[in-house]
Amino acid sequence: MKALHWRLAPFFIFLALVLVFWRGLALDPHHLPSTKVGQPLPSFQLTSFGETKRSSKSMLGHVSLLNVWASWCMACADEQAVLMRLAKQGVSIYGLNYKDSMDNAKEWLSEWGNPYQQIGEDVDGKVAINLGVYGAPETFLIDKNGIIRYRHVGALTMVIWEKEFAPLIQLLESVE
Amino acid sequence: MIAEAGLFSLIIALFFSILLVILPSVGVIKNLSILQLTAGRYVFGQFLFIGIAYLCLTLCFLRDDFTVIYVLTNSSISLPWFYKFCAVWGGHEGSMLLWVAILSFWTLCVSQFSKHLAEEIRVRVLVILGALSAGFILFVITTSNPFLRQFQILHAHGRDLNPLLQDPGFLFHPPMLYMGYVGFAVAFSFAIATLWLGRVESAWVRWTRPWTLAAWCCLTTGITLGSWWAYRELGWGGWWFWDPVENASFMPWLVGTALIHSLVVNEQRGQFKAWSLLLAISAFSLSLIGTFLVRSGVLTSVHAFAVDPQRGLFILFFLLMVIGGSLLLFALRSQTLQTEKKLNSVSREGAMLLNNVFLFSAMATVLMGTVYPLLIDGLGLGKLSVGAPYFNTVFVPLMIPLFILMGLGAHLKWHSDCLKTVLLRLSGVAFFSILLPIGILFFCAKVINPSALLGLVLAFWILFTTLKAVWNKRQSRGLFHISQTYWGMVVAHCGVAATIIGIAVSTNYGMQEDVRVALGEQFNFAGFQFQFVKETNLKGPNYHGVQTQFKISSANRSVTIYPEKRIYNVGQMAMTESAIDVTPLRDVYVALGEPLDSYTWSVRLYYKPFVRWIWGGGVMILLGGLLALLDRRYYKT
Repeated sequence: MKALHWRLAPFFIFLALVLVFWRGLALDPHHLPSTKVGQPLPSFQLTSFGETKRSSKSMLGHVSLLNVWASWCMACADEQAVLMRLAKQGVSIYGLNYKDSMDNAKEWLSEWGNPYQQIGEDVDGKVAINLGVYGAPETFLIDKNGIIRYRHVGALTMVIWEKEFAPLIQLLESVE
Repeated sequence: MIAEAGLFSLIIALFFSILLVILPSVGVIKNLSILQLTAGRYVFGQFLFIGIAYLCLTLCFLRDDFTVIYVLTNSSISLPWFYKFCAVWGGHEGSMLLWVAILSFWTLCVSQFSKHLAEEIRVRVLVILGALSAGFILFVITTSNPFLRQFQILHAHGRDLNPLLQDPGFLFHPPMLYMGYVGFAVAFSFAIATLWLGRVESAWVRWTRPWTLAAWCCLTTGITLGSWWAYRELGWGGWWFWDPVENASFMPWLVGTALIHSLVVNEQRGQFKAWSLLLAISAFSLSLIGTFLVRSGVLTSVHAFAVDPQRGLFILFFLLMVIGGSLLLFALRSQTLQTEKKLNSVSREGAMLLNNVFLFSAMATVLMGTVYPLLIDGLGLGKLSVGAPYFNTVFVPLMIPLFILMGLGAHLKWHSDCLKTVLLRLSGVAFFSILLPIGILFFCAKVINPSALLGLVLAFWILFTTLKAVWNKRQSRGLFHISQTYWGMVVAHCGVAATIIGIAVSTNYGMQEDVRVALGEQFNFAGFQFQFVKETNLKGPNYHGVQTQFKISSANRSVTIYPEKRIYNVGQMAMTESAIDVTPLRDVYVALGEPLDSYTWSVRLYYKPFVRWIWGGGVMILLGGLLALLDRRYYKT
């Protein structure tokens, strides 16, 4: 029966491979965990469209979203409807306008809607680098103490909101 | 209407393939030859109705029927008609329909051209092909239906075919690849049929060989085309990226090459039966695994189709049944087929065995690298990606002994030989293989790059040993008694040498530069003088943009090329159409970057010596395969 053993080897190697594949189907290769989760939001000073300078410290005290967006980003238009809806529901959303021009950004907001309480301009992307941003759109969940709790890459959808953000927010709101 | 007709046809085709599996099998079990003989009818029925389904989908594209979701997302009104033809296979659903259509075509060919085969083998082969067909058609109908409709968006113009695919290379690359992948199903079916029958007909090798060669030739063409197309289209000067989808086509090719060589030994010496069976099963299994990797969403890739875990689950289950079942069958049945003959390690058989081992190991390293990110993520160890550095580090060293072996193998005698005498005989060849490249590189390039030198030495070794083998044969048998198959081997091996030269020289002596250039400016690069001559606006059928004119001059020659920057109207996607000045010995490649100012561009320049030899070698390998395939003497018995 020695001959049978080595002939069965390909079969068992294949079974191992299938196991890896099976496990792989449950994973999402596009899900990229942020190294910034658990870190405090880097403080920044941003002008909001040439008007008053605001500090990121004004985001403390309540759970909020920081949405990285740009007028040249097509997927941002996709998620705008979702963000408008969330803003109507009372979610605090701050915008980080990433590598954009003021005029284009204003025009884009007037067309797609403005869900943001405040907007910061990050013209050269330096703040985004500190945040570990891959590209637009990205949405960060910030807790009351200014700690980054979650980062979603890509357009925000209601499905992702229900699944990832809503439970976390509930948890964070209840904590002091 | 037409879409529904297509779907209905597909369902009828499914019935035919199920009939193809069940009725002849019953005939086999109950020994009723009349049932066995009906197989041919079902094959034809299956082919006919899949053909109708494919035709229906094509018609939907040609008629711009945007109520069909698949047409809406892969075509547009302004898409030129010939690209509409190939947009049919531009997305997942349509490409699976193409797969199924090609499988039915191969099945028909087997049914028509194997009348001389013993009935008991023939019917089993067709049953297995039918089972594969049934599985795939079921997959298409349940998870990947290209005929789904939508009636919300009525005045659509279509989302357009991805501009990257709007290139002549796309006309041929996927169909050729699929002909190869799917063609290995035939060798696979022959192997399983043999195991099912329980004994190896001594002629099964001869029956399998042409089908294997044909599939292998198609796959070679597909891979070569893909590489050439990527080089032209992507604008980075690269021609192979070890992307999961590229690997998915390369792995079956490696195993297919091992299979061809194994079949030779099987035929000449009656040995390697188990190897041939295992390789035949593996080649098609890798095609299936490749399909899984690319369409299930488990890997990120620039080629990856839309993600759907449900599809992944179906394919995985199918994989388990087909591959698991065949490997189990192999384990249980193959010992009944083995005639034990002692193998001398120093012999042509020994060299072929080593050849199989190297090729299989190379395939294993590629598989490992492709699947590794999945493994690490699954074990919760993080997210990483495996790229060219890994593959180049592991794959290239495996190839070096293989190339040396290629040269040796043709000179070793069957059954047993003496290594010392062979090495002595070839010492002159070895000497020249090392000396000549040193001389050539020193003379032409002044600087000797060690990596390029290694590549050239190996290439010359293969070239000279192969030619010397031909010379020996001519001396012993005369030029006209050398079989066409042997010439096929010669041409294919020389093709490998050509490819190695192309890779070694273009990689190590290539140059690249980014320049900022304004209209009218002149500059130098790689010994050529360039001038940015003109810039005009461009309007195409479904794009607009800018066309520039660059003049390239050297001592004795001057040529004008037209790099473009296109924006495709529908998706607003910007594309660089690089322009290449091609000569057999070098490419000069100009790609437009970003516009920096009015009439000023950032331009990327590449100088790629001998890069055409890579695909030239691929064409030679194909020719070699065709020569062997079309060897009439082979079919005369």
